[in-house]
Amino acid sequence: MTLAKTLALLSPELVLLAGGLGILLLDMIWKDDEGKKDWLPYLTLVGLGGALAAVIVVWRGLGGGVSALATMLDVDALAMFICLMAVLVAALVVVFSVEFVRGKTPYRGEFYAFLLFAALGIALMAAATNLVLIYISVELLSVTSYVLTGYLRGDAKSNEAAIKYFLYGAIVSAAMLYGMSLFYGITGTTDLRGIAEFFSDPASMSELHWVVFAAMVLLFAGLGFKIAAVPFHQWAPDAYEGAPTPVTAFLSVGPKAAGFAVLLRVLIIGLPQFEADWTALLAAISIVTMTLGNVVAIVQKNIKRMIAYSSIAQAGYILIGLACLGADNYGLQGVLLYLLVYLFANLGLFAVVIAFSNATGSDEIEDYAGLMRRSPWLAAGMVVFFLSLVGIPPTAGFFGKVLIFASAIRTQSYLLAAIGVLNGVISLYYYFNVVRQGFFLPPKEAAPIPAAPELRVALLVCMAVVLGIGVFPQPFIQLAQGVARLLAI
Amino acid sequence: MLLPILFIFFSIAVLGFALLVVTTRNMFHAALFLVGALFGVAALYILLEAEFLAVVQILIYVGAIATLIVFAIMLSRNMMRRDIRAANDQWVEGAVAAVLLFALLVLVLSRASWPTVTAAAPPDAIPGIGKALVSDYVIPFEVASVLLLVGMVGAIIIARERE
Repeated sequence: MTLAKTLALLSPELVLLAGGLGILLLDMIWKDDEGKKDWLPYLTLVGLGGALAAVIVVWRGLGGGVSALATMLDVDALAMFICLMAVLVAALVVVFSVEFVRGKTPYRGEFYAFLLFAALGIALMAAATNLVLIYISVELLSVTSYVLTGYLRGDAKSNEAAIKYFLYGAIVSAAMLYGMSLFYGITGTTDLRGIAEFFSDPASMSELHWVVFAAMVLLFAGLGFKIAAVPFHQWAPDAYEGAPTPVTAFLSVGPKAAGFAVLLRVLIIGLPQFEADWTALLAAISIVTMTLGNVVAIVQKNIKRMIAYSSIAQAGYILIGLACLGADNYGLQGVLLYLLVYLFANLGLFAVVIAFSNATGSDEIEDYAGLMRRSPWLAAGMVVFFLSLVGIPPTAGFFGKVLIFASAIRTQSYLLAAIGVLNGVISLYYYFNVVRQGFFLPPKEAAPIPAAPELRVALLVCMAVVLGIGVFPQPFIQLAQGVARLLAI
Repeated sequence: MLLPILFIFFSIAVLGFALLVVTTRNMFHAALFLVGALFGVAALYILLEAEFLAVVQILIYVGAIATLIVFAIMLSRNMMRRDIRAANDQWVEGAVAAVLLFALLVLVLSRASWPTVTAAAPPDAIPGIGKALVSDYVIPFEVASVLLLVGMVGAIIIARERE
């Protein structure tokens, strides 16, 4: 492969990198007092637009094929799908941040640059097929996330969140690295395809069965931390509550998508011979994750903590799809569609939370009383996003759930499907507790809640997408199906 | 016969120093013990015929990182003298969990038959490492530099004195 072709395949990542470095440089060159720095978020959006264009061009150029680069990364439909999500998340979070970050930190430029670097980390994680690159890109995403979480230096909660997130992350990343070293010790390679090839010999498989299982669990510690699955979820509520809210929005979607991408690549490409093991492991984790997330969410009083537990539960639902892959990776299309739908529903929800906290300075659920009278748009948006998170038509969440549960039923995992549906019912309770506050209780203050124009646009976009996929799901299901099928070959 | 003895000696040294790092109440002493542990790991690399890695270990970890930690401790207010409690109320639970995990791993790892390489390590591996870093491993190599940049900028944002 020529250098030009390699660089063309890597163009989404290169655009993100150039964007991040460019923002850092401009932030240094431009003086504070000239007001030029107000342009930084919009320049970031331009960079993300460039990355989006690059993703589309590369994706179309692939034509359903895979381009492997030096056993390090696969540029394929899955990588492009997740990269697209990374760009969308980063763009929406930039929009969320414009008003929130202004005045709260002197380091505005770095904030946007870090979002671009985090998106770069996600894009690389999604494409990596070598444990070395997987580890480094996971760390890239982690380090940017830690800094963004602790960005409000004067805010003790933000500091606490960052410290907890960092300590937890450092330890699970060590565990993950140890698991990777075990894989290298067993197989003598860090390449996922090389690992699969090594285990294709049945003799080596049975002898090393338990070591592989241990290594798999250790590896899952690192990825479970990224997707916030039980028992690696404890950091989530504190980090979500303390982080600047736009960063919380990012944490609840970006690292999760990336973690799932790595997880399914490692399992499907690297360890297909151990499918029975990881299926059982993931099914068990899925059950605990969704149940714990939903049950603990009920008692939360802070909306960011509630969303933290709800997002833990959402990771549990998505794990069902991975635990019930079935023939042709049927479960995978559910995973991908669910991730896409979850992105818009959760970020939309955060648009509401950010608009509310910008205006009132509060994240407490009881302060949402009378939201309908103070801002009908925020209240309407909230209902749509909650409906989607529960999975009720006509919202997009319905089709995400349908595909996920269908994969469970196809592989005859009726127990998983039943627990999943039951959890959906539990989640109705705490989501609609907020809706009840917003619609049926009298407001504490009568003042209407203003929302910045950027936030309004983001809210409307998320609502349009959630309802759009809910009404016309076919193209999106086909998209997810296409990506899933390609990975099965 | 000499090699296993050396291996056991250095392993115990590394573990002993590492234990001291996390139990001592003086941050400065902890940093010095860390240097000892890092040197011990370098010795283990030499026993494994990975001389390049051993040199890198000493240059980067002992030479740069440990020195930086010592500087950070000396420049931070009150960190030199004050006694710092190295354990919290949950140390018993933590220790039990750690010992259980260790026992489980030992059980699993000792029962497996590990593939071994009988061929001797090539006498000059360094050119090969250099070539691999700029060919097969060029992408992780470059991403690592982005990671370092992000870490540096992030550290400045978090630690810089307020204006």
